Formats: sequence, structure tokens, C-alpha cells
Amino acid sequence: MRLNDDLIESDIAAYLEKHEHKSLLRFITCGSVDDGKSTLIGRLLYDAKMIFEDQLASLESDSKKVGTQGENIDFALLVDGLTAEREQGITIDVAYRFFATDKRKFIVADTPGHEQYTRNMATGASTADVAILMVDARKGILTQTRRHSFITSLLGIRKVVLAINKMDLINYSQQAYDDIVDDFYAFADELATDLEIQPIPMSALEGVNITSKSNETDWYDGPSLMDYLETVPVGDRRLNTPFRMPVQWVNRPNLDFRGFSGQIAAGSIQPGDRVKSMPSGKQSTVQRIVTATGDLEQAIAGQSVTITLDDEIDCSRGDVLVSAEDPSEVSDQFQARLLWMSETPLLPGRRYLLKMGAKTVTATVNAPKYGIDVNTLNDVPAKTLELNQIGVTTLSLDQAIPYDPYDVNREMGGFILIDRMTNDTVGLGLVDFALRRASNIHWQAMDVDRSALAEQKGQKPAVLWFTGLSGSGKSTIANALQKLLFAQGKHTFTLDGDNVRHGLNRDLGFTDADRVENIRRVANVARLMSDAGLITLVSFISPFRSERQMARNLMADGEFIEVYVDTPLSVAEDRDVKGLYKKARAGEIKNFTGIDSPYEPPQAPELRIDTVNNSPEEAAEVILGFMREKGLLNGE
Amino acid sequence: MKNLTHLDRLEAESLHIIREVAAECENPVMLYSVGKDSAVMLHLAMKAFYPSRPPFPLMHVDTTWKFREMIEFRDRKAKELGFDLLVHVNEDGVRDGVGPFSHGSAVHTDVMKTLALKQALDKYKFDAAFGGARRDEEKSRAKERIFSFRSAEHRWDPKRQRPEPWNVYNTRINQGESVRVFPLSNWTELDIWQYIRRENIEIVPLYFAAPRPVVNWNGVDIMVDDDRMPEELRSTAVTKSVRFRTLGCYPLTGAVESTAATLEDIIQEMLLTTTSERQGRVIDADQSGSMEKKKQEGYF
Repeated sequence: MRLNDDLIESDIAAYLEKHEHKSLLRFITCGSVDDGKSTLIGRLLYDAKMIFEDQLASLESDSKKVGTQGENIDFALLVDGLTAEREQGITIDVAYRFFATDKRKFIVADTPGHEQYTRNMATGASTADVAILMVDARKGILTQTRRHSFITSLLGIRKVVLAINKMDLINYSQQAYDDIVDDFYAFADELATDLEIQPIPMSALEGVNITSKSNETDWYDGPSLMDYLETVPVGDRRLNTPFRMPVQWVNRPNLDFRGFSGQIAAGSIQPGDRVKSMPSGKQSTVQRIVTATGDLEQAIAGQSVTITLDDEIDCSRGDVLVSAEDPSEVSDQFQARLLWMSETPLLPGRRYLLKMGAKTVTATVNAPKYGIDVNTLNDVPAKTLELNQIGVTTLSLDQAIPYDPYDVNREMGGFILIDRMTNDTVGLGLVDFALRRASNIHWQAMDVDRSALAEQKGQKPAVLWFTGLSGSGKSTIANALQKLLFAQGKHTFTLDGDNVRHGLNRDLGFTDADRVENIRRVANVARLMSDAGLITLVSFISPFRSERQMARNLMADGEFIEVYVDTPLSVAEDRDVKGLYKKARAGEIKNFTGIDSPYEPPQAPELRIDTVNNSPEEAAEVILGFMREKGLLNGE
Repeated sequence: MKNLTHLDRLEAESLHIIREVAAECENPVMLYSVGKDSAVMLHLAMKAFYPSRPPFPLMHVDTTWKFREMIEFRDRKAKELGFDLLVHVNEDGVRDGVGPFSHGSAVHTDVMKTLALKQALDKYKFDAAFGGARRDEEKSRAKERIFSFRSAEHRWDPKRQRPEPWNVYNTRINQGESVRVFPLSNWTELDIWQYIRRENIEIVPLYFAAPRPVVNWNGVDIMVDDDRMPEELRSTAVTKSVRFRTLGCYPLTGAVESTAATLEDIIQEMLLTTTSERQGRVIDADQSGSMEKKKQEGYF
């Protein structure tokens, strides 16, 4: 707050009036602890009088206990938050700091500098307008400086402060400073052509060129860090691009009102403007811009509003309202730069959830074309992406979505990938361009046949027919297999006695005739499911060869896989999980397979599973291996 | 074309967050603590969905030791705005007679606040709960995500928090897990006061200075709000012109001597003051890093 404003004491109302109209600047600080990054932030907070007396007291006592500055205040302690980090002396996560001067409010994303925290830096950079790159004047441009420059420019930051720190340790040498600056310019040319770089010589520890210019560097004629931060244009590039608003929520309090709520991602909008709802492309005119404090004449990028339209066009959450003159493209296939954020590496071919704006779709991420070495910026071969690796890859979505290239609009081209099993956020992606523009393709009336349905799911249909005695382990294995398939993003369904006997086949008993009819119906349902493109797991005793043959004949060539769960009667009877054998032996159940009804083992099953020497999980792996070998797990 | 001020940008970000929860979560709730931050959060919720009503209820975890004025204000405000208000009290704690005077602040807060909150979230099976916490309040909060995930046991694991690039939030959770959402994450205390002033938001009168009966307990001036305060303590009461910078359980909320009777006075005092906002709270003083520890255990 830099309390040098006498207005606070003399005329608080006038002061507040003035301060309500401050702008907001978000910046990120990149560097390691050794570069004095935390010291710099601590210093900014301290000089902006953002440290209160009680905090200062605990800072002083902490400084003496664990500080690295002897009797002096260790500003770094002020910003190293979590206990574990304080002990280890490193900043692990992104921490957000706030301070304000008379001119601006600032939000600082304070991120760690080591390579293993690339994802944290990318997160902090994603919302920042300016990056401060910390350089130790004694060391010059290091590998990590290159890495930080690359990550911040990748995420779209175009204003960079090259903070050459610890100038006090090299006697404020202009020559050393100039050499570092030259080095950096030579390198920055490779990054982006439109970078605006502001080098500043400084000493965070001594407070040189932080809040004001210092005599120590009389050869330097640029701004102090604070002067720069207070005056750099909060260049809202977004304002000068065409209107975009992802629809977050359809606002429908009653039948007479239907509005579309969202935060404007780009451009501006006024009542009367023509807009399109993407991906449908339906056009309408903006009727009102509704807010709780009254309708607006105009709304601009960054505002959260509710828009009503003249026509009742179809538009729901995840759609994007765009300028009709300059609409966004729509596509379902992209090339993107991907930063992997999970300890579990990218599985090419796997399906992930992709969330961009308010839209969540399923995306298959293909194998990377190449990786990018964050230290050298060279392309490197990559089959997958590990934690913190960056690569270029293509993605296929299960539906077309509106987008803009990331370099044009962060919010219309930036997405996250979510693992469908753990729900963790595993990747951050930046759309470069569409592989084909769905908006330019005229959809032909197309028969949606079984191969189209399977292709849509990215799989080949199959019927896995588990046969074996009661208690042999059919359902347990089928269940284990289904989990494995599901984890690979396959669309599956299991038919077993439990879900069929209680409904569809409720009218059937266990006489031979009823058993035949039971299997006939189940086989036909399985056929319908494979027509729908599913991998169907059928788990029935199905004791008779002829019925299994009938089922096999129903399916397309190669789609029927007979899995004989071969458990000897004595073993099944020993297990007797449901207590049925006991009842059958006691004569309480009639027509029980293996006791008083025959079981005809398959003569040439695709697979025979030995459950005596294999666990259900091992059995499931065997079946999965078989499917892989037969090419049943590859998408189109 | 007008430029957005910092308050405009903070407001727009908060509306976006609140809407995102309403759109993606099954059963959200807004935790309402009756304080000034809650007042701002409530105001933002009304704005986010206008002309619709916010599609979630309010819930107050009542330790039974809140200032009486807070309870009156709470009930009136919920009614005025047309919110469903759920009030949860840890009845086990009431039965055992748990209170700050008899059990001390640590036990009282744990039983009547932390535990009560877990009970309430389990009872109603809320999968998302809005809270009014801000990152500038305390050091460990500076790294808190806007969407903060909790295990089925309500534990916060700093290592499993999700990255939040741009304004894209992954709200997906597994069975039994829940998420705490902090729409005011990027606001500072000064932003809150400026916004209250700009939007003319009503707050509990306890924030404004007035003559009130206070006693000195453990080095902090606390207000005599009812006769559950031990007689020998109550008998030492003196009337002083005081106000409160934060509101909670009356025996745990330190009063500051002040004559600031208007919003402008309060902000002026705040800008000239030299102690931080949380200093009046008894809970932080225990040990360094205490808030982080509490958070891992499920304290909001």
C-alpha cells in the first residue's frame, strides 16, 4: 500500500474513490531460491508496507532461528509458506501473493524454478501478464533461465523483465550486466518474435532499483522494477480480438427468461450485435446484457455477464457465443503442445477427458510427434510424455468443439486433460491448429452402420463368451477383465444371470428347454450390443455345445471368443461361494449343472482358463493379451 | 471502451467460479459464517445467477458461541435474500457441555467447528462447499487452490492438489470425496472492504465501533455477550469503544479499541494499522505452521 499517501489521513473518502479505480497486474516470478527470488518478493511486500508489525516480529525471530542472512531480516522466510518447504529451504508449489501501490493492485504467482516443478511454473504463467526472470549476475544466463523463458513464452507471456540480481556482489559492473543482456537477446530471438524485454540491474537484498532508482547504477537509464510494474500497459490483447464467450450456465428463472451466463474470453459485445452459437453455427442478435445492477450498453473481455438473444436458438453449457462476422473455427482433431503434469506417463491411444472453457469431451491423445527439450529447445524423439515433459501431439475428440489457436486466445485454445479413473488433472494443452476443420465439411447424409458405431468408440466389437460350471469363476474373471478394458477407455458391458434373469428372462426356469431359450435370448442381446460397437462380456454357465455354437453363428466372423473357465467340479463344489452345491446335493435345487444336469465342455474354445493355478486377475490379463494379439484392442 | 478496475476483475473471476460449481457439482452448499467475507460471497452468489436465485442452500455451522447479533443477522439476511438456511450444531458437543471457557479454544474449535463441519457435510452429502477464505489471510493459504480437494475423510493433502491453469477447473471427484471452493481466493482484506463500500453490502454491526462491555481474558479483550461467561470474569467488565476485525465465537474473538463507526473510518484505520487481521484470533497463536496443520485435519 505504500502509505505515502497523505489522503488516507486527511480525506479517506477521496482516497478510496481514487483507489477503487486501480488496475490489476498479474505477474510471475521465475528463478531458484539461489537467485534471490523469494528475497525479491519479500522486499516488494516489505517496501509496499504489506508486512504488519506482528508478522515482522515473527519474521525477525524466524530469521534468527532458521534464516540465512545472519542478524539481518531474511525476506525469503516471509514467502516460503508450508512448513516442509521452510525446513528444506525450497519453494515447492505456486504461491500467490498480493500487494498494492497507489497505482495498481498486483497478484504475484511465486513459482519454484527447478525442472521438476515445470508444471507449477506453467500453471502460474497461464494467468500472468508479465514474467520476471531472475538471473544471478555472477552466473549469467543459465540453462534454467532458458527453461523459464521458454515456459513463460509457451504459455503466452510476451512481457518479460530480465531481473539481473545480486549486482552488489559484482560491484555493479556495467560490463558484466551488458554481457548478460546481450546473451539473453541472442537467445530470446528463438523464442518469439514479439517478446518485449526489459532488463533491470538490481540487488533485492540491498533494495537497489527495486522501488526506486539507485545511485549505485548511475549508468543505467531504465526504470526501477516498481516503476516498470506500475506503468507497463496491462495490454489486454484480448480486447482487440473478435468476441468470444463460453456459455457456462443457461439462466432460466422462468419461462419468459432465457439467458446465457459466462465470462467473456475475448472482444466486446453490445445489444444489437450479431452472434453465432458454436458449434451449431446458428445465428441470432444480442438482445440484452443482463447484470444484477442493471443492463449494460457494452461488455468487454474479462466480465462475467448474462446475455439474452432475439431468437430461441439451441445453445447450452459448453457452447460458445462468438461474433457472427468473425466466428471461431470448429474441429474435432487438433495439433497441440502438451505439458504432462502427472507422475503416470501419457498413454498414447488412451482416452482422456479434455476440458476447454466450459466444455468437457473425450479425447484420444496420439503418440507424440516429438518432444521438446526444455533446456535446449531442441526437438527430441518421444514415444510418450513423462511428468514435466513437453511434446507436440495430435488429439481426436469424440465431438467437434469451437476453438481459437492458443497464441490468439488463451481461453479458447488452452485445455486440461483429466484421467478418467483417478480424476486427476494430468496434462495441460495448447491448441496450435486443427487437422481438419469440421466447420468446412458439408456433412453427407450418412448411414450410421455398425462399423461407424464401433469406429466412434475407437474399438472393434467383440463378444467374450464365458462358459463353465457354477462357481467356476466366470463372473469374477469377467469383472476383472472389464475393469482392465475400462481403464483402457474401452466401451464394455457384461451380461450375466444377475442382470438378465431378473428382467428379460424372468419367465424362464432351469429345465433344458428353458436353458436353451435363455441362451438364445442372451446371444441375440449380445449380437445387438456388438452391433452397437460394444465389447460384450457374457457370463453364463451355458452348458450345451449346440447353444454356444448357435451364439457363435450369430456373430460376425472373428467377433466371438469362447472362454472356457475350466474349473473341476470338485474345486467348484469346494468353493461353493453361493452355497448352491450344498442345496443341490440336498435335493433342494433341481436340474443343477454338474449334479443332476450335464455340462458339455467346449472342444475348441479360443481360450481355456485354468482357475486352479491362476488368480482371476491373472486370467483377465491372459484374455487381454489374447485380445491384443488378435488386434481387437486397436481403434481405427 | 472502459477499462476494468481491480474490483471489476476480482468480481468477474468470483462469479465465474461460483457458476462453474453450480454447473458441474451435484450437490453444492455455501458455507455462511456471517462475517464480512461471507457477506461479500453471498452478494456475489446473488449476482452470479441473477435473475435466477442461486441454486444451492446456505449452511451455517453454529458453535452455539457466536455473538447473538450474528445469529439475528444471519436469520434475517437468509430470509431477505430467499435462501434456504441450514444450521448445523454438533449435538454431541452440546451434550458434553463443550465450550471455550470450560475446554479451552483448541478443544472447543475442534469439536464445535471442525468436527461439526465434517458432520454436516456427511449428513447432507454435499460434494462441494463454498468457503470465504482468502489467500492473503495466512502463509499456508497462499498456496491453497481455488478448488481444494478433500478425501472421503475430509483430509487435505497438499501433494494431491490439482494444477489450475487459466480459469479451467477440474471439478470431478470420486465417490465420497468433496471439494472446498474459495471464490474469494484472490481478494485481499482491503479489496473486501472496498467492495463492501462500492456495492453497499450490509454487514454485522459488530464490525463498527460502539461502546461495548469487555473483559480481559488471556491478554485479549473479549466482549461479554451472555451469562455463560464465568461470573468472576464477567464481574471485571468495563465499557469501551471497540469493534471487531473478524467475527467468530465471542470468547475467542479479540476486540480492538476503536472509534471507527463508518466504513470509511474502518478502512482508514485498517490502512494505518500495524497489526494483521488474524492477530485477534486465538487459534493461530499456538505454534508456527498451526493453520497448515489444522487444514490437513479438515478445518476450513
